[in-house]
Amino acid sequence: MSQILTMVAQRLALGLLTLIAVSLIIFLAVELLPGDLAEAILGQAALPDTVAAFRRELRLDLPPHERYFEWLGAMLQGDMGRSLANNREISELIGVRFGNTLFLAAYAAIIAVPLALFLGVLAALYRNSLYDRAINVVTLSSISSPEFFVAYILIAWLANSLGWFPSIANVNQDTDLLERLYRAALPAMTMTLVVVAHMMRMTRASIINLLASPYIEMANLKGLSRMRVIVHHALPNAWAPIINVIVLNLAFLIVGVVVVEVVFVYPGLGQLLIDSVSKRDIPVVQASCLIFAVTYILLNLTADVLSILTNPRLMHPK
Amino acid sequence: MSKKQLLGSLWAEGKISRRDFMAGAAAIGLTASSATALMASSAKAATPKKGGRYRMGLGHGSTTDSFDPATYENGFATNLVFTHMNHLTEVNNDGSLIPELAESWEPSSDARTWTFKLRKGIEFHNGKTMDADDVLASINHHRGKDTKSGAKGILDPIEAIKKDGNDTVVFSLKDGNADFPFLVSDYHLAIFPSKDDKIIWEGGIGTGPYKVESFEPGVRAFLTKNPNYWKEGRGHFDEVEMLSIIDGNARQNALTTGEVDAIDRVDTKTVRLMARVKGVKIQESTGTLHYTFPMDTRVAPFDNVDVRLALKYAMNREEILKKVLHGHGALGNDHPISTSNRYHAGDLPQRGYDPDKAKHHLKKAGAEGLTVSLSAADAAFGGAVDAAVLYKEHAAKAGITIDLIREPNDGYWSNVWMKKPWCVCYWGGRPTEDWMFSTAYAGGANWNDTFWKNDRFDTLLKAARAELDEAKRGAMYAEMQGIVHNDGGVVIPMFANHIHGLSDKVMHDDKVAGNWEMDGSKSAERWWFG
Repeated sequence: MSQILTMVAQRLALGLLTLIAVSLIIFLAVELLPGDLAEAILGQAALPDTVAAFRRELRLDLPPHERYFEWLGAMLQGDMGRSLANNREISELIGVRFGNTLFLAAYAAIIAVPLALFLGVLAALYRNSLYDRAINVVTLSSISSPEFFVAYILIAWLANSLGWFPSIANVNQDTDLLERLYRAALPAMTMTLVVVAHMMRMTRASIINLLASPYIEMANLKGLSRMRVIVHHALPNAWAPIINVIVLNLAFLIVGVVVVEVVFVYPGLGQLLIDSVSKRDIPVVQASCLIFAVTYILLNLTADVLSILTNPRLMHPK
Repeated sequence: MSKKQLLGSLWAEGKISRRDFMAGAAAIGLTASSATALMASSAKAATPKKGGRYRMGLGHGSTTDSFDPATYENGFATNLVFTHMNHLTEVNNDGSLIPELAESWEPSSDARTWTFKLRKGIEFHNGKTMDADDVLASINHHRGKDTKSGAKGILDPIEAIKKDGNDTVVFSLKDGNADFPFLVSDYHLAIFPSKDDKIIWEGGIGTGPYKVESFEPGVRAFLTKNPNYWKEGRGHFDEVEMLSIIDGNARQNALTTGEVDAIDRVDTKTVRLMARVKGVKIQESTGTLHYTFPMDTRVAPFDNVDVRLALKYAMNREEILKKVLHGHGALGNDHPISTSNRYHAGDLPQRGYDPDKAKHHLKKAGAEGLTVSLSAADAAFGGAVDAAVLYKEHAAKAGITIDLIREPNDGYWSNVWMKKPWCVCYWGGRPTEDWMFSTAYAGGANWNDTFWKNDRFDTLLKAARAELDEAKRGAMYAEMQGIVHNDGGVVIPMFANHIHGLSDKVMHDDKVAGNWEMDGSKSAERWWFG
């Protein structure tokens, strides 16, 4: 167990270095984009002296390295700073949005993960049956269609024709949980359809892979039912790859759903990031990207720890 | 029946327009404010009903939006400002100028000094009474060397502002300007409460019909009725919810499924289908929004007027209007003054597609077999790239090769517009001729995107600006439109309609303003639920 703790500590320290590297790369990338916040906000109405005054006010006239280290210093003390564009606290700006993103990701994950495991185990159980083929075709087609297409189909069917769900997910801080679940139903369904295939196929493949092992053959020879063989004997050994895929998909649900947010007008972090990049609002871009990076680092770490915990050979090495 | 009563009943029966009414009121010696009161008391056939939550789906809005009037930059900001703020003057839904926070105004005889009398006893949402100091601070926020305001250019003509008592503000201009009261209706120039000569913009406090309850930039604004609103017959809803719905399909779905009551920017490709949806109506208004192809007239070959004329004749405007806007607009005539402006030159012949004339002008310029580059991106307007591709085909028939350069949307206004010799652009247009010409056509003007300079034009512009005689001004503006049409460096194929989708229960006056989208961005103040 102490080995795991050491590993977690090491990985967290490495993670911190990764974050600093990420922040530097993002800063440089945004700097490389043509124009800055003053020009982007003033747009067609920009005049040389208003742009200059804007830059002075935001200290954009300082050299890049000074701005970066100033930002880094504040960040290390836990101060995310303020948005350049509207002077709002970034923590406040991002807090609500990130909460929304997590809510939607959790909503989709609670539907998608059990569903994918269930369908995957069944597919392994009835391998090459009509059910197996049908579920493969359905999930693969949903993952192959772009998210916005899946989203529009759902809107046309469930919102426009049947009128069961609202076509836009208009939630705000005053929306209560039930209302929120109802309003975010279509985006959650869209995301479920997009991620199920990956997890379901991995569950099926890992189990089938194990079905050829001698110990499974032994279990079969003992006359155990197929269901028992798969759930009690094969599945525990298949967890490691399945967990990895599940975690990868969780990360996707958090960081990769910009398109779904746009189609359903859901106020998540993705839209915030896009707006901030197009306006070159560097502190907000940095904060959002770091949150995404932290999500990936922590989820990867979780996956590794869980893989070890589910594998006795890794838990108790000789 | 007194003249006043007669006027009131004519208006009530819809026999005269609001504009005629105001003119009539002025003729019988009523002040603007008592005329407005008379109009409100002469109940119209369709009396607006009060109440309800009005939900708008707007195709704009960004997380970077702010209450700071210096950085208003998109349609969400204009809709929000006209919903919770007031200005000194207001462009009414028939295009005329009416008093808002200013009760009346008076020019000096040379139109260089303008004295604005403020309405008394107007309270901000926080209870503070509006006075001349607030007006001074609100205007000065956009002036001076440290301002970052998008409105700085508009206020350049102001030499000094001072107050004369608590209810009077005096503007001194560098030159006479008969249209000055129009300038202060600009959406940036909202009147905020002030403290120590600085405005307090952070809380979004204004004098407007609705109070801001919450504002999440790029997502939503929620406002409730201002019970103390001073304006008669306006601000009918109890609550207003503004949602930023950038994706066109999502916006249209939100309307058809009843999630919102009104949307802007209905796609011209699908507007025909939208009109068939039950419970939805389409409202179109023609305004001053127009699409342009500005050339840098300082550089070859655009420095030659014959090349410019050849390019103007080499465009088939009808086809572009039909294919890009699906007919939802009006033909442009290579000058920026629309039919909704006061002094539109209707007798100027419409320029048509004429490859032979184009060839003739090319020959005259000694530029046969001309090849030019055109930079285009849909940042200029939806369909800009399609319009440029069509233009390229039209020009080929006149022996002109247009090399189309597809530019990125990102950074278009800072890297392409006014940087590349020829590009695609749009202008929201301005309510007055002088404003439009001074902004983008006067020699050396800040946003003169063709870098064009014409001495006769500049002389006329200055003379017309200070001219208080309507007929003389009209003649001057007509001549100026002709000069831009023939000599100017811009091809203007069309004016675009503002197309809105409304729920059946949303009602509005017969006239709907075309100066900005959504009834001059004042739909929340002017519309009601029937």
